[in-house]
Amino acid sequence: MYPREFDYVAPATLEEAMGALGEDAKVMAGGMSLIPLMKMRLFSPAVVVDIGRLPGFDAVEEQNGHVSIGALVRHSATATSPLINLVATALSTAASLTGDVQVRNRGTTCGAIAHADLVADQPAAVLALGATMVAQSSGASREIAAADFFVDALTSALEPNEILTSVRIPKHGPGEGSAYDKLGRRGGRSDYAIAGAAAWVKMDGGSIADARVALTGVGTKVSLANEMAAALVGTDGSEAAVKEASQKASDDVTIIEDLYGTEEYKTHLASVFAARAVLQAISNVS
Amino acid sequence: MATTSVMGGAVRRREDPALITGRGTYVDDLQPTSLLHVAFNRSPYAHARIKSVDTAAASKMPGVVAIFTHDDVAHLGPLLAQVPIGKLRPLLSDGEIKHTGEAIAMVIAENRYQAQDAADAIEIDCDVLPAVIGLKEAKSDATKVHEDLDSNVLHTWTYHGYWEALGLEDQTPLVDAAMERDDAVVVSLEMTNQRLIPVAIEPRSVMADYDLGYDRFTVHSSSQVPHALSGAIATMFGMPLSDVRVIAPEVGGGFGAKLNVYNDEILVAFASKQLGRPVKWTETRREAGGATIHGRGWLGTATIVGTKDGEFLGYKLEAIADMGAYTQNFTVAIPLLGLWIASGQYKMPVSWTVDCVVTHTMTTDAYRGAGRPEAIYYLERIIDAYAREIGMDPIEVRRKNFWKKDEFPATMGCGFSLDSGDYDAAVDRLIDVSGYQDLLKMRDEARAEGRYVGIGVGSYVEVCGFGPAVLAEIGFSWASYGLPAAFNGTGMVRVNPDGTVTVLIGTGPTGQGHETTWAQIVGSELGIAAEMIRVRHGDTNDLPMGIGTFGSRSIAVDGAAAFNAATRVKEKAAKIAAHLLEAAPEDVVFEDGAAHVAGSPEKSVEWAAIAKAAYQAHTLPEGVESGLEENVVFSPGNATWPFGTHLAVVEVDETTGDVKILKYVAVDDCGNLVNPMIVNGQVHGGITQGVGQALFEEAVYDESGNLLTGSLLDYPLPTASDLPYFELSHTITPTDVNPMGVKGIGEAGTIGSAHTIVNAVVDALSPLGVKHIDMPLRPKRVWAAIQEASN
Repeated sequence: MYPREFDYVAPATLEEAMGALGEDAKVMAGGMSLIPLMKMRLFSPAVVVDIGRLPGFDAVEEQNGHVSIGALVRHSATATSPLINLVATALSTAASLTGDVQVRNRGTTCGAIAHADLVADQPAAVLALGATMVAQSSGASREIAAADFFVDALTSALEPNEILTSVRIPKHGPGEGSAYDKLGRRGGRSDYAIAGAAAWVKMDGGSIADARVALTGVGTKVSLANEMAAALVGTDGSEAAVKEASQKASDDVTIIEDLYGTEEYKTHLASVFAARAVLQAISNVS
Repeated sequence: MATTSVMGGAVRRREDPALITGRGTYVDDLQPTSLLHVAFNRSPYAHARIKSVDTAAASKMPGVVAIFTHDDVAHLGPLLAQVPIGKLRPLLSDGEIKHTGEAIAMVIAENRYQAQDAADAIEIDCDVLPAVIGLKEAKSDATKVHEDLDSNVLHTWTYHGYWEALGLEDQTPLVDAAMERDDAVVVSLEMTNQRLIPVAIEPRSVMADYDLGYDRFTVHSSSQVPHALSGAIATMFGMPLSDVRVIAPEVGGGFGAKLNVYNDEILVAFASKQLGRPVKWTETRREAGGATIHGRGWLGTATIVGTKDGEFLGYKLEAIADMGAYTQNFTVAIPLLGLWIASGQYKMPVSWTVDCVVTHTMTTDAYRGAGRPEAIYYLERIIDAYAREIGMDPIEVRRKNFWKKDEFPATMGCGFSLDSGDYDAAVDRLIDVSGYQDLLKMRDEARAEGRYVGIGVGSYVEVCGFGPAVLAEIGFSWASYGLPAAFNGTGMVRVNPDGTVTVLIGTGPTGQGHETTWAQIVGSELGIAAEMIRVRHGDTNDLPMGIGTFGSRSIAVDGAAAFNAATRVKEKAAKIAAHLLEAAPEDVVFEDGAAHVAGSPEKSVEWAAIAKAAYQAHTLPEGVESGLEENVVFSPGNATWPFGTHLAVVEVDETTGDVKILKYVAVDDCGNLVNPMIVNGQVHGGITQGVGQALFEEAVYDESGNLLTGSLLDYPLPTASDLPYFELSHTITPTDVNPMGVKGIGEAGTIGSAHTIVNAVVDALSPLGVKHIDMPLRPKRVWAAIQEASN
């Protein structure tokens, strides 16, 4: 639990932060995932760039049709924001189920997304919500669709010289709703996801016009369940229809076994929680 | 003021203000100047032969002061165990690696980071050998864990055979004969009681400071047994006990893991002596997971035979217990603690065989309950299965076979006598406080709705209050560290010249609130408010001997010693007070901080005046010696045998296998209660760890011997939010083993709870035909059992 030697920089501006980044540097916001990895010597960056003092990145803002969550918005803020709860429900639920009180008060939503843990809550939520990641590098900014962001376990599409400065989530429009649910390692919704699912639906005249479902905890990375989403479209969103579509939940996912579940069990849970999330999303449609 | 010293009062813990505000001092808080730090290079392999250890590069790294390997420390010899069966772990590996985490080299550096860097830089070359992990594989002796041992089975405990001098009868023929009866119902299950990691919030930590000028040690250690450590160091370094002072300051949990003396404590002392500087080592969480003792780790088949109407005719357990690779303090004797309570609260013949096997894993030893949760788990699970088989209420089955109130003291087939008990009363209380009949109705209604709700009941009897001197014969002692061979209690009560009181006790608490409880015991006896009393423990300079805190022994043994010391102090003080009051000693009573003649409270002398008189010869009555302190060593004639019955209501989500505890009720009987709030706190913690075993926790080694659960990332612990409100109740059946009638409560919650939860889950799934699920009942196992039963 003693990290290898590293340099620590706490830049005052985004420009300074960009200057400190490089191949062997790592951005730290809340440090809730990075510090344990470093202490176990599983990961040893030469430089830690602590962006915690950058001004102006701790806001949750509405921007024409989107809600933007800055790099320093804590899980607790995401979880308790009335705006996010209203217009991006799955994410506020996922944030409320992340870690424990201390972790939620320290860790950040963008940090959890950039960390790309395969059992984390919020990555699934932003996938289902069709979010856009805003990545800043020296002198340039680019947008990465959530669907392209989660590359592998603990690997995102961010380049070493980039900082995830915000995540932009399309606000629920009329007929739209979202939800997140999981089974945790300590039962109920406690601890990392054994299996979890986020869902977003757009209802139109009593049927599902569009849908996205994302899974966490069951596969090699958080991933979209596109086959299931396609099967949902056009149905009436009844429990029977959703359950039937949920049989395809893991068609796009490489399920892996761990101490908490066999492949068979995780495949089963993927369907169960995908269905639960979709049904809850439908009932959340305002 | 006076109310705070009353026995039986829920006095708030005097320890809490310091601990809650972060002002307690733990070993790792100590930072003397010139302090050196330690890191160990530990084996990543479970079974290997070392070809070379190259420390050359590491020793040149920044801040490195010394690196020690086996040859440097071999002259000290291995640290002995109390129960000398099995192989002792060399202080540093002698070339044969027997489990992952075994220490190969010790690095001393100017700071902890440099020490770790250098430890990582040591180059070890070794041949990796096949590991023996599974218990059946180990017992088969197909592959030896230690080439020079005849068998992987170190020892076999049998119900009648552990204590040859008693000439106990083998009851196996009785049990076997019962199985042949025409009316016999025989129920049998193979069950695992999984390996666990005792997780204390404060990891182990030790700091040694060798005083070159006077050739003496001061050692701070996060230990439950400071006197034992003092004895171990004195023995190994060939020093007098008086020159080895061990202090256990605040200790943040132990649960048995800190009941051992460890190699690292000896090595840190060695390093300090070699280098002439204070040296400290605090284990990392991963070291706490893989290089501090584990608990449990049994695989066994329990069989019960009874009649169709619920009369037990006999019980048989055939089990294998995992000792790990090396033997530590009490390792091989842990199953004995289970053996003594193998028959639980029931009168019946018992056949009990436990094979203690070595594997290429970390040593097992005492973890909260130590042998007793295992024994009670097998017994109470199989009773539950039997009750289901004959269609009888699980409480009624138990009650039908209890020892009855008028049968105590009751001598069991294992030779020990249960001191006192009223098992029916505890069950009556449970039925009452839980609303059992309503719960049954609720469960049946839920079932009618298609919900999987279950009620689990589990009884237990345990053995604690160690202990009777007779236990020393089988190794329950500190004799191998050169200390007296009996687990006596020690208590000194000293009235200071200003009338305040210092109580010195031989315990090693890890958060149990002894400073409060003992102030109540002594204050109540002397009529002095608890605020005027200071309780000291954990410093070997205070008392010549102290056994430490484990096995729920403190209150029944050291508590009794302090109580008796207070009684003697009071007797002497009565003479002095009588002299000052011009009265007869037998007429003097003590209350509200003063002495007066019974019936005449208007004329009194305060303790300060009595104390002052006590310390000056000219104010003492004739024949009374100066001073006012008494030191008592208490040796109990028997252990104590607390008991109780717990109940849990659970609901299972049949789709996911998720278990939710809806209700938990515990009725425990630990004799008289000194501080019911502290008692309940112990029950809370105990149940929590039992529920942790039932639902969450499991130490997992893969087949190569890698520990997959060495950090808290993969070793889930229960938290408050995972648990229901515990409804606690007590019946009180005092013991006559000690003058306070107290029995001990530290482990009862753990011993009573794991099987209660499993019984409830199996009850919930019984409509599907589920008969058993092995712990931990993680959703995947529960779901798999549902699938299996449904197909």
